[in-house]
Amino acid sequence: MHPAFSVIFLTTLIGVGQGMFLALFTGQSYSAVELLPMQDSHNFYGNGAIIALLFLIGGLIASFFHLGRPERAWRAASQWRTSWLSREVIVLPILMFFVFVYGVMHYFDLDATLFTADTGAQLELSLVIATFGMIATFALFICTGMIYACLKFLQEWASPLTVINYTLFGTASGFMLATAFANHSAPELMRFYGIWTTIITLAALATRVASLIRNSRLKAKSTLQTALGVRHNRIQQKSMGFMGGSVNTRDFFHHASLVVFKSIKWIFLVLVFPLPLLLLWIGMNDSNTNMLLAAFVVQYVGLIAERWFFFAQANHPQNLYYQTV
Amino acid sequence: MTQLALVIDLNVCVGCHACVTSCKEWNTSGSAGFMTDENPYGKDPTGTFFNRVQTYEVGEFPSTETLHFPKSCLHCEDPPCVPVCPTGASYKRKEDGIVLVDYDKCIGCRYCSWACPYGVREIDETQKVMKKCTLCVDRIYDESLPESERKPACVLACPTNARLFGDVHDSESEVSVTIREEGGYQLMPEWGTKPANHYLPRRKTRMHIHEDELQRADNPLKKEQRGPSAPVSEPTLDDSTSW
Amino acid sequence: MSVVHDPLKAPEGRIETKNTTCYMCACRCGIRVTLRDGEVRYIQGNPDHPLNKGIICAKGASGIMKQYSPARLTKPLRRKPGTDRGDAQFEEISWDEAFSIMEERLAHLRNTDPKKFALFTGRDQMQALTGLFAKQYGTPNYAAHGGFCSVNMASGMIYTIGGSFWEFGGPDLDRAKLLVMIGTAEDHHSNPLKMSLSKFKRNGGRFISVNPVRTGYSAIADEWVPIKPGTDGALFLAIIHELIRTGLYDRDFLVQYSNAAELVSTDEQSDDFGLFVRTDIARDPDCFDPQDRVWWDRTTDKAVHARTESSDPYLLGEFVTADGRKVKPAFQLLKERVDNYTPEWASEVTGIPVETIKRLAYEMGITARDEKIELPIAWTDVWGKDHETITGNPVSFHAMRGLAAHSNGFQTIRALSILMSILGTIDRPGGFRHKAPFPRPIPPCAKTPKSPDDVKPNTPLNGMPLGWPAHPNDLFVDDKGEPVRIDKAFSWEFPLAAHGMMQNAITNAWRQDPYPIDTMLIFMANMAWNSTMNTVGVREMLNDKDENGEYKIPFLIVCDAFQSEMVAYADLVLPDTTYLERHDVISMLDRPISEYDGPVDSVRIPVVPPKGECKPFQDVLVELGSRLKLPAFTREDGSRKYRDYPDFITNFETEPGSGIGFLAGWRGKGGEKFLKGEPNPNQWEMYEKNNCVFHYEMPKSYQYMRNWNRGYLNWAQEHRMLRYAEPINIHIYSEILMNFRLAAQGKLDSKQPPNHLRKRIETYFDPLPFYYEPLESHLTDKHKYPLNAVTQRPMAMYHSWDSQNAWLRQIHTYNYLYVHPSTAQQQGIEDGKWMWVESMHGKVRCLCRYSEAVEPGTVWTWNAIGKAKGAWRLDGDANESEKGFLLNHVISEELPPHAEGEHISNSDPITGQAGWYDVRVRIYAAADDEPQMSYPQFDPMPALPGTGRTNKVIKFFAGMFQKKAG
Repeated sequence: MHPAFSVIFLTTLIGVGQGMFLALFTGQSYSAVELLPMQDSHNFYGNGAIIALLFLIGGLIASFFHLGRPERAWRAASQWRTSWLSREVIVLPILMFFVFVYGVMHYFDLDATLFTADTGAQLELSLVIATFGMIATFALFICTGMIYACLKFLQEWASPLTVINYTLFGTASGFMLATAFANHSAPELMRFYGIWTTIITLAALATRVASLIRNSRLKAKSTLQTALGVRHNRIQQKSMGFMGGSVNTRDFFHHASLVVFKSIKWIFLVLVFPLPLLLLWIGMNDSNTNMLLAAFVVQYVGLIAERWFFFAQANHPQNLYYQTV
Repeated sequence: MTQLALVIDLNVCVGCHACVTSCKEWNTSGSAGFMTDENPYGKDPTGTFFNRVQTYEVGEFPSTETLHFPKSCLHCEDPPCVPVCPTGASYKRKEDGIVLVDYDKCIGCRYCSWACPYGVREIDETQKVMKKCTLCVDRIYDESLPESERKPACVLACPTNARLFGDVHDSESEVSVTIREEGGYQLMPEWGTKPANHYLPRRKTRMHIHEDELQRADNPLKKEQRGPSAPVSEPTLDDSTSW
Repeated sequence: MSVVHDPLKAPEGRIETKNTTCYMCACRCGIRVTLRDGEVRYIQGNPDHPLNKGIICAKGASGIMKQYSPARLTKPLRRKPGTDRGDAQFEEISWDEAFSIMEERLAHLRNTDPKKFALFTGRDQMQALTGLFAKQYGTPNYAAHGGFCSVNMASGMIYTIGGSFWEFGGPDLDRAKLLVMIGTAEDHHSNPLKMSLSKFKRNGGRFISVNPVRTGYSAIADEWVPIKPGTDGALFLAIIHELIRTGLYDRDFLVQYSNAAELVSTDEQSDDFGLFVRTDIARDPDCFDPQDRVWWDRTTDKAVHARTESSDPYLLGEFVTADGRKVKPAFQLLKERVDNYTPEWASEVTGIPVETIKRLAYEMGITARDEKIELPIAWTDVWGKDHETITGNPVSFHAMRGLAAHSNGFQTIRALSILMSILGTIDRPGGFRHKAPFPRPIPPCAKTPKSPDDVKPNTPLNGMPLGWPAHPNDLFVDDKGEPVRIDKAFSWEFPLAAHGMMQNAITNAWRQDPYPIDTMLIFMANMAWNSTMNTVGVREMLNDKDENGEYKIPFLIVCDAFQSEMVAYADLVLPDTTYLERHDVISMLDRPISEYDGPVDSVRIPVVPPKGECKPFQDVLVELGSRLKLPAFTREDGSRKYRDYPDFITNFETEPGSGIGFLAGWRGKGGEKFLKGEPNPNQWEMYEKNNCVFHYEMPKSYQYMRNWNRGYLNWAQEHRMLRYAEPINIHIYSEILMNFRLAAQGKLDSKQPPNHLRKRIETYFDPLPFYYEPLESHLTDKHKYPLNAVTQRPMAMYHSWDSQNAWLRQIHTYNYLYVHPSTAQQQGIEDGKWMWVESMHGKVRCLCRYSEAVEPGTVWTWNAIGKAKGAWRLDGDANESEKGFLLNHVISEELPPHAEGEHISNSDPITGQAGWYDVRVRIYAAADDEPQMSYPQFDPMPALPGTGRTNKVIKFFAGMFQKKAG
């Protein structure tokens, strides 16, 4: 598939936003059960939610660049019964709404305690909102992942690993950002986030490597033989019926050389996993916000490469019809 | 329930591209119009077409088959492009099974084209909406046209009549009979899309020659055999005997 | 769920439909054009048209993009003073000025030396008019494109069976059981052929294609037999050998309907050696085959007048006549001729396995013999014998330029015609069938002038500009035997050049050989590009000046609808209309669109007004003819006779009162007559009302065996399609050719060839078909240039015409050289990479495409996809000029100097057919550091005044397009 940058930015940016929000939710949940010290509502949760929201908005803006007719985007909410894309279109604003409300409650100190346990643990209203947000976040991960995973003939994508990877990558990048943010606004949570970031990143490494291995072993179900209905071992295309290119050649091929294609795989494997983790641990040891931010930026750049590769590696069966000008 | 479709006979398709341009000329000024062409007089010209004819070579010299392969929307019975559409712009008509795009609903997200294994949807690069073969839905019900012309433009144009059009759910229709009797098949059956369009394979006519067909009593060469032709004047027994 | 965009709703606008005739190629299908608010909305095949019955091809369906192409010329232009030809620097002038320039120049030439005006036209479909104009003007220097197209196909067959493929006849695929297609690519009678191929296959017919390349029609063949280019003759001769050896020929057919049984004198000492033995029946002196031959009767064992009732001749044997002459039946000579043409021999030549050649022969012979068709149609033959049925041997052939465009093409096609004849398939169901006005006498009666004295100032030419020589005395030569025409057609170099030799017009005019030309008018022929060999050289000739600084060809007028490469070289450019903007006739006097069942002609009637100042070329000729006061265009008082071209068509008669005009339909005052009848003032309207086509379906009994069908021949004579109602017997043995040979041997009291050509004439004018290697191959170092290179015309592009067509050019934007992988790999050439193809004449850099569908000794490409930069109004970086290429650069219009001359055209020595497909080449990889661009490249041609804007995007929607464009 042709990696469209609007989609790359959409998925990576909302991933960061979702992950960041999950980090806030996790932090507050731990605090609620007094496993972590409570943080300043305004500075940490409020600003944190704003950051998460900004990423979500960034993703939303990016998505509009993908649309030919963005003015009709509102129509995209109508087919939630069948379309994962439609569901994503519904869930993303819902999530943004919860993040917004959550952020507003914290930022303006509007939170209210709903319930106080005997142990002293308190259930804040914001946490309830955040729980809804958490559900929306995971729903969004599933929607985003399923947009790709549901296309059964795109065999590289049609796997639960796609959803898992989307979830883990989003979460990892969000936690990475949260680590840097915490170092700045809530230093005592920095290590907590850092460790979770490491765990999630390593989990993502495992699942992404798993998907790479899976994809390398895939046997294409469709062949030129099934595409044409001709039973012969040797079929070669001589003409695709046009010579100056078409949607079929533009949208479904990455047009990069094999060298570039393979390099990008290694680039993302380095940029998403070892390098940011190294920077993360240096940053954690030094409590160096810049270093932690660098870790996030490196990983984010790596994720762009990862997403490029995710698209580029997917071999659409229509390409069988478009092999020779 | 009606399912209109094309049956494309690869046995007679000579790859002339008549279906390609007749489709373009009808549809660019029709309900689907216009259909953009970019760089029409420059480098790498490209445009929106609903139908293309491709060429393949099967086998090796001298046993090579050259295959011309027209391809347009297959109007799947279970079209994967329809449920993925977030706006409902991509839809399958209940009355005749034609898969269409509602150009006024489409947001141009291209997702339906990703969801089509056959590569038959084309985004119009200036209108920014997805377009595709409509089976000339704006012809086939047009009562201002003579009934014999209420067919897709490609079907009317096809010089070898390699494109048959009809209801594949009507078991007695020409298309159903042909599919049944001539080995009609679907593309990429592995995905369960159940394309309504079918293809008919190449069929060979051979001649078997029996050896005795070369040995016939009426061989005209026999008429060329001449009897003994020695002239009367040459010596015979008569010259030396006198019984 | 509600639908917002109603898919059934028709866009607003005023709809009109009009019928006319297509001209996106030479097929001439009937079309129905729908207009919306005056703009072309849809062009469909006319379902009521006999030729295409509603279908249309890729080109026809793209007429809209031709109509609205920015490459269209819209104004008369004059080359700017001080600029060179080829620079394409023009200024607009008015039609008045253009006509004045032409009138002055042409009137002067006509008054002094009319042959200094030359008129050459491309695939114009109006040769009846252009030929008439040339004749009336008095110049012999006229031809259309036939010389570089397929004259071998026309003449090889017409000199043998009195008819030919495509316009004049074709395979009867309705009834055939076996079709052998050879040397046919994607074109020539394309739509009807596609239609009938499909029907034929579906009816269970067996389709064999013999071709070096498997594309197009061959793709759907049941069997593909790859063959080396230029060797088809060897295949036919071996098949004939095998058919005769096994007795698989139609004896009865040959005896009655050909000269196979007629006796030929074989006595070398006798005066009539090589000629038919004749009885003393009075001969008609004019042009036709007298029925005065004899054959050797089997029963009485003596010579009798041929076709004597109840006689049965020998086809084989040697006989001595009463007066002691040795004689043999023509068929015996044929048998002797093919004795050595064994399948084993042919296999070496053609590359086809021996077993395949034999099998092809058996399949043909057995199908013809055992699958006979009997139609319950009673008819009477020309000798008066009644037949209750029509018999057919259902073996059909179709052939075209693959056979024709070789310098051995005439004899190859003679061999094919003879093969078709010995199978008994001529004008019979399931075989070959004629189309009116064919069959013609062998050869047809039209004759060119015969001496330079027939060309006189202020006088129409004494004879037809093009004709069919039947005898050496028919040649158009001077006292020394030298050519009178600029292209040397009908001279001893190319005696039977029935279509002229346009391919030599520019080179000869430039060399002033045999004499200089002053003004050359080229109509819709791209002679500076794909319609010429040696393209680079010809472009230089067009621009070449003598020592006084005058152009070697002083004045060049080009009439074209588009900014072609040729236009760049014009001194005066005349903007022609498109086919949708004009009146045209597809005339019985030219090449009509007749069907097997009867004569058909058709017309074009404008569906849209001309763009800008475009003027139909026919109107230009009528205007010029009137201004020059050519007799046919002028009344006795000197005033003009015809208002315009439609008026000319309505009222012109070939001779006063002849009743024969350009259109055959609805003649007579009220339109009650056809073929012959006085002019009908409402003829155009009647055509318009009848789908623009006239089709007369003859009675069934006239539809077959027309060479010998008394009913038909009488009918044709009565309707003045034929002068003679005499049998047109098949020339198995060609006495016509023999007469030329005898002349060359000095044995015929006739015009004599120049000595240096005697050997050539003697060799090639063989009365029986023979195989020889194409001339160029013979003169090429085949070790150095081991491969054949040929071109084919793709179905979605007509020659160079359609690169300006935004839709068609997306299908063929540039071209590859198709090479068998093994051939390419030997030279280290990779698939899709740049390579060189080089002949002894030049070289071209192009892109390679591996193909398993090409014979490994052949490379090929699509014809005329490559364009010169800027031509056809394409951008300078268009793929056509940067990646596309023209194979013509490696093909020469002349042979290397050899014994027969310094400047002998690269053409068939009999007919002058251009030997496009004879070129031998070698290939090698392009170096990595070479430009990734085709070679040669040319300076960009600027946009001509009056051409349109080339927008970056086209959003064509009929009714809105031009409004938006302003």
